[in-house]
Amino acid sequence: MGNCMVNHWFSVLFLAVWLGLNIFLFVDAFLKYEKADRYYYTRKILGLCSRTLRKQLDHNLTFHKLVAYMICLHTAIHIIAHLFNFDRYSRSRQATDGSLASILSSLSHDEKKGGSWLNPIQFRNTTVEYVTFTSIAGLTGVIMTIALILMVTSATEFIRRSYFEVFWYTHHLFIFYILGLGIHGIGGIVRGQTEESINEGHPHKCAEYFEMWDDHDCHCRLPEFEGQPPESWKWILAPVILYICERILRFYRSQQKVVITKVVMHPSKVLELQMNKRGFSMEVGQYIFVNCPSISLLEWHPFTLTSAPEEDFFSIHIRAAGDWTENLIRAFEQQYSPIPRIEVDGPFGTASEDVFQYEVAVLVGAGIGVTPFASILKSIWYKFQCADHNLKTKKIYFYWICRETGAFSWFNDLLTSLEQEMEKLGKVGFLNYRLFLTGWDSNISVVGVFLCGPRTLAKSLRKCCHRYSSLDPRKVQFYFNKENF
Amino acid sequence: MGQIEWAMWANEQALASGLILITGGIVATAGRFTQWYFGAYSIVAGVFVCLLEYPRGKRKKGSTMERWGQKYMTSVVKLFGPLTRNYYVRAVLHLLLSVPAGFLLATILGTACLAIASGIYLLAAVRGEQWTPIEPKPRERPQIGGTIKQPPTNPPPRPPAEARKKPSEEEAAAAGGPPGGPQANPIPVTDEVV
Repeated sequence: MGNCMVNHWFSVLFLAVWLGLNIFLFVDAFLKYEKADRYYYTRKILGLCSRTLRKQLDHNLTFHKLVAYMICLHTAIHIIAHLFNFDRYSRSRQATDGSLASILSSLSHDEKKGGSWLNPIQFRNTTVEYVTFTSIAGLTGVIMTIALILMVTSATEFIRRSYFEVFWYTHHLFIFYILGLGIHGIGGIVRGQTEESINEGHPHKCAEYFEMWDDHDCHCRLPEFEGQPPESWKWILAPVILYICERILRFYRSQQKVVITKVVMHPSKVLELQMNKRGFSMEVGQYIFVNCPSISLLEWHPFTLTSAPEEDFFSIHIRAAGDWTENLIRAFEQQYSPIPRIEVDGPFGTASEDVFQYEVAVLVGAGIGVTPFASILKSIWYKFQCADHNLKTKKIYFYWICRETGAFSWFNDLLTSLEQEMEKLGKVGFLNYRLFLTGWDSNISVVGVFLCGPRTLAKSLRKCCHRYSSLDPRKVQFYFNKENF
Repeated sequence: MGQIEWAMWANEQALASGLILITGGIVATAGRFTQWYFGAYSIVAGVFVCLLEYPRGKRKKGSTMERWGQKYMTSVVKLFGPLTRNYYVRAVLHLLLSVPAGFLLATILGTACLAIASGIYLLAAVRGEQWTPIEPKPRERPQIGGTIKQPPTNPPPRPPAEARKKPSEEEAAAAGGPPGGPQANPIPVTDEVV
């Protein structure tokens, strides 16, 4: 727990402030409806609501999910509160006992007489369902909530990882959500007493005399109400404008022409594309979004850049891992048809940019996940070429875990030339790398595993041997031999 | 978009609808709204839908993430054979279940969501998908002593030379480490501090 705090203190602080703001806003709105004078009569008939706040950050996905959970929570609270409200409005409308609630409910909806009603349910036989579906607030509420639910169910981790397109396209329902949110409060269903009306007869003085409001010689008159102006647009205006600007910028950037200068097919179904684009500049470890209109018009996929900023092109390595990537590789494999057009958006930054801030860096890459580190290592190579000795980084430990030996060939040249460079400069200890092979080819069928060591280690090693012997489809068998001394 | 199994999304949607039905039902019953007995129905229907949809079906391609503890419900759902395997049946069932909850405002959201889930299940059924239970893999019992073909003939310390065919790769399996000592190792082994 302590370590976690040290590493993430900024995020923790930010989250604490954000949560604190949320709680403050909730309590503030709650107290406003609970205590303020203009809502005195509203309270007599019923209950309350809440708001949410949105912002964007660098750890955007985690924050996005957190905001989404908050929205869901507040939506649930909001809906449940309004359900109670409507039920009470309905009962008040139907009450015939001459109570305060029934008198307030009978205030006229007639616009000519001022339209100063309090109870949105106009007639005795109007059902709450009717009001829900014929009022702007109710209708937008239903549409928004259904959009939200569809977005959430298609965004669960399982669906996202297995069927990304379902998640991606369904998530665009957010447009309906935001539009609905903007106009949700236009109808002014939540009513408060007008200033004039309060001045003429303050509720604290007049409420108890409600039976005499009709009398002309009563010093209190019928209270008058007006709808509260919608407020949600104030919260969403800035983020929506920012978002629209970002989308326009990204669209403009993606329209810039991309020239493919080199295409390399590596073993293990990895495609390398070297490209050029006017005005493109990058940092180590950044990524770009790539679109190939001939394969899919609307899909954009992220790939880490494997080239260094010092090079005059930028490159990506793409591994076949699904429909889109396989189709792309197949399209580039065709030798006699023209090269497909590519659109590029980015680059966008990730944590690898910070690697040169540390004296010691441990880089761990699994399979194709090695790509940002390829960029970093290449950049180091160029820096040493230009004799840049101002690097803060003194030592790099690089661990690369791969399934097949063919996978190592991608950066074979890079690693050997880096090693040579280090030797030349006398900096032999600078880069230490370990390559791990987790797969085995079918020529190996029997592996003997020998252990001399403590019993607990023997137990877990034996379990590993059994596990990998029986499940591996290539039928490799590990034979565990433990010696006793 | 070729490989989408709509039933997986329908399952998530139906599970969510079940929870929404339960919540709406509780609100309506606890608040004693008008016609609150629809709320009571909604709770029962919601619980039933949640139980039915909790065990996730097996994907056609790739591995499926099981929900925690789903194996108990899997065995129950499996018992109904074609009734639970077939998605046309589920589509119709969900549509019918959603109707009574539509009479009450508190539960109408559940109706809408369950109806949508029903629609997605219909799509899945039309594309020929069906629910297959996720079976636990049978664990192979390791035979005691079966893995030892012959006792080691070479007691330690001993060179690792015979086992190594490709000197350029290092293997992550724990092998008996080459001890130091007066013997000459055929392949120079350096112990680097990592």
